[in-house]
Amino acid sequence: MRVYEVLFIVAPNVEEGDVDNLVTQLSDVATNQGAQITKIDRMGRRRLAYPIGKFNDGYYVVFTLEGSGAEIAELERRMRVMDAVIRYITIRIDEDLKRAEKFRVRRAARAAAVAGSRRSRRREPALPIGDGVEEDDEEEEEI
Amino acid sequence: MSSEPRDRDRRDDRRDDRGGRQGGGQGGGRRFIRARKSCRFCADKVDYIDYKDGRLLGSYIPERGKILPRRISGTCAPHQRMLATAIKRARNAAILPFTLD
Repeated sequence: MRVYEVLFIVAPNVEEGDVDNLVTQLSDVATNQGAQITKIDRMGRRRLAYPIGKFNDGYYVVFTLEGSGAEIAELERRMRVMDAVIRYITIRIDEDLKRAEKFRVRRAARAAAVAGSRRSRRREPALPIGDGVEEDDEEEEEI
Repeated sequence: MSSEPRDRDRRDDRRDDRGGRQGGGQGGGRRFIRARKSCRFCADKVDYIDYKDGRLLGSYIPERGKILPRRISGTCAPHQRMLATAIKRARNAAILPFTLD
């Protein structure tokens, strides 16, 4: 199973209710094709960094879905012919997520190891060593 | 009258000498004493840079809209790669501009 993030921008002249219809319609397309939608994120109306068509802002929606990839083709085909969708972008994120997870696990392991070694060092005499170092420093300064 | 320019020449020579010695002795690294820039993403322990985060990415595009090179920002190589892909994706999603004037 692959994880995809499908972002699309709905034209600003579409009514709020029609945006809802569109979102359910597209999510139905995805689920009918066998995908599992894990998250629907409506980022809301935002200013576009550059005009698309003749619009200066748009309504951003992000689907996060799991699937084989076939449903992405169908989703994109549908969005391509919709006038209300002015831009869509699909990104496969499962590999990035896996990599992020790996980093997180490795960092947690390293943190645990450091904590362990610090504890063992503390068990050894700490005070006398610290005093000695300080004295050395003072002598160097005098010379 | 003729002694003045000579004097100046000598002074210049001396300065050159000193520069040369310094460069040779200290490996030339002395001229660039600047605080070591560090990767902000490493400091924040970022594993994945999201292309939808326009505000974060916006701080890495200077006035022309180009991607800030890591020699300026100090970002480490892996994070710079992530950042570059994120910025390119954000441009397609109209979150960041392709150009700025």
